[in-house]
Amino acid sequence: MSSTVRNKPPSILKPGSEAPDFTLKSTPDQTVSLRDFLGRPVVIAFFPADWSPVCTDQMGLYAQVMPQFKKFNAEVLGISVDGIWTHLAFAKDRKLNFPLLSDFEPKGAVSRAYGAYQARVGESARALFVIDERGIIRWSLLSPDGINPGADGILSALEKLRRA
Amino acid sequence: MTQKYKSPRLTLPAGERDHFEGPSDAPVVLVEYGDYQCPYCGAAYPIVKKIQKNLGKRLRFVFRNFPITNLHPQAQWAAETAEAAGAQGKFWELHDFLYEHQSSLGDEGFFARYERALKLDLAKLKDEVAQHVHLTRIEEDYMSGIRSGVNGTPTFFINGSRYDGYPEFGPLVSALEEAEKQST
Repeated sequence: MSSTVRNKPPSILKPGSEAPDFTLKSTPDQTVSLRDFLGRPVVIAFFPADWSPVCTDQMGLYAQVMPQFKKFNAEVLGISVDGIWTHLAFAKDRKLNFPLLSDFEPKGAVSRAYGAYQARVGESARALFVIDERGIIRWSLLSPDGINPGADGILSALEKLRRA
Repeated sequence: MTQKYKSPRLTLPAGERDHFEGPSDAPVVLVEYGDYQCPYCGAAYPIVKKIQKNLGKRLRFVFRNFPITNLHPQAQWAAETAEAAGAQGKFWELHDFLYEHQSSLGDEGFFARYERALKLDLAKLKDEVAQHVHLTRIEEDYMSGIRSGVNGTPTFFINGSRYDGYPEFGPLVSALEEAEKQST
């Protein structure tokens, strides 16, 4: 890969695209597949790394806002390239109430499928997707690495889905 | 549409529903979303006081609740207590008391100490906290924060725009004075 390609910012999948299916580990002996959630909205939050301060804020915020997401019957999935054991420790420490999936092997494959992989640093980008009950991406947002995108955009997208 | 990131604005403007200090015609309005158990809010508390002293009547300060209950077990109780004191006309007294005694929040005897200090009707206050009388207002504060890009505490808004700088005296005063210039 040439250096120009490696340094290019990720170009994430746009609304209207079919959300690529995946199966990733949520615990050492359990997996989660996107297709498990057909029939209800899914929020996917790709993030660069467990433990980094902004991620902590962002994932902790989603745990706190969970009752609002549940009003839309939405499932929230966090995805990074961290291994499952660090995910478990991080989730326990931050009292997260939704699965963190490990895009570990082959590294970043799911992040790449969503255009949310930063080859330069070998991490997922900070990207959000709201997927409708038929598996179509209806909203997506790429945030700068250091900026917590919050929950507002997700809630607005879920409201729009409900009205549609 | 795939959207580009932009710095958020306050979706629920500061108004009469809010707890405020400073005149209604102040050229600068500083809104804080805070959690009484959050150490960063505790650190920001004396800074805000100093800023209020410094800017005087040029500033209106508003405090809204953003209790991070999954990390701070005392935050919800503290927020409800401050609101219940507010119903007795003593919101700011209790707000200040909570931040000034943050390390002993929720200890045995905490109630007794602020009762003595603030001369509140303690039975009424305890009853309102137990009945969650002020919960709706706290939830309204919280949701207005979520919808305005509050992602942690403390988060400040200056004349409706989220302040993304450091919550330190110098940078905050510069940003407030900049907003003042733009508003006149």
